[in-house]
Amino acid sequence: MTKNSDTTAGIYKETLLAGLWRENPVFRLLLGMCPTLAVTAAVKPALTMGLCVIFVLLCSNIVVSLMRNLLKPHLRILMFTLTIATFVTIADLFLKAFALRMSETLGPYVPLIIVNCIIICRAEACASKNGLLVSFIDALGMGVGFTLTLCVLAGVREVLSTGAIWEISILPAGFVPWAAMRMPVGAFITLGLLLGLVNVLSRKKA
Amino acid sequence: MDTLNILLMGFISIVLINNLVFTKFLGICPYLGVSGRIDMAFGMGMAVTFVVTLSGTLTWLIDHLILMPMNLEVTRYICFILVIAGSVQLVEMYVRKFFPTLYESFGIFLPLITTNCAILGLCLFINLWGIDNLLEAVVLSFGAGIGFTMAICIMAGIRENLNLADVPECLKGAPITLITAGLLTLAFMGFAGMIR
Repeated sequence: MTKNSDTTAGIYKETLLAGLWRENPVFRLLLGMCPTLAVTAAVKPALTMGLCVIFVLLCSNIVVSLMRNLLKPHLRILMFTLTIATFVTIADLFLKAFALRMSETLGPYVPLIIVNCIIICRAEACASKNGLLVSFIDALGMGVGFTLTLCVLAGVREVLSTGAIWEISILPAGFVPWAAMRMPVGAFITLGLLLGLVNVLSRKKA
Repeated sequence: MDTLNILLMGFISIVLINNLVFTKFLGICPYLGVSGRIDMAFGMGMAVTFVVTLSGTLTWLIDHLILMPMNLEVTRYICFILVIAGSVQLVEMYVRKFFPTLYESFGIFLPLITTNCAILGLCLFINLWGIDNLLEAVVLSFGAGIGFTMAICIMAGIRENLNLADVPECLKGAPITLITAGLLTLAFMGFAGMIR
């Protein structure tokens, strides 16, 4: 890169922050809805899922960025998918070996990271065009943004469905748990309302 | 008679009770993306039904005839995604060559299907539920496709009318669609007691 260090650092910061809010994968780009809805009944599985996605996203962005000059256009997507599938297998085996119960809770949603649109989208939009460092930071920003979103959603749902966060009770004893929040209904409606809230907030800012 | 009964139960269960969109959150991206118009939704549903039946059957065969005897389960995900990408490609080439008009109408959806979680998800669920009978796997895959088509068509019908409704400014677009989907899942939970 020929730019001086100030602007380069500026680009990195910009890339990192983009994933957190301005281009937040869930709230803004509406990508990766399937795990967002499926694993957010409680904070713990949501965080595990987020960490798995960060791992896969980082690794696949690094590998795709390294092989970007070797890619043939028509085989591009296939190569991305195979790279991602490899790292997802690694993450899945790791979870099965060290956190069996969590792996059972998450079930098929860990292998489903392969078809999570966020990862393919970042490989296509960022890693296949940029150098190693930018791709790495982009993956970090997007991954953390995704994880935070999952945790917010899961936090809301867990508090309302059990009166606890991270399995620690925080609401007074008289609270009647909303069973619906644990079910698919709760996932859809909470996410819908959160998206509405984000719309209101971003409009106020503008 | 008994087998027929099991197959029928499996079909009804995957279409109504364990509907992939409403209970397993699979295929939400196209569900939100193309459910704006009912004819497009139907085209997408048909394309998904076709691919899911094909790849559900193929992955079951590969899993049971190649991977399990050779202890290669570690490569399962890679094989599954390759089969899906391959069958999507195959369907696309076949349709383009022999049914150009059909290709015009749902050709654009075909590449999208590779990354549709419903397909890989179904293959994984068939594996997870331990279906050990080819016929059952075929029926379940087909039922999953039909269930997806039904869900996306219902949603498209609602959204066509939603355009005329007075929705609060901040909830327009995706948020109100998600909330509607939530209410639909609530309705579909009514089927839960049908089969025990």
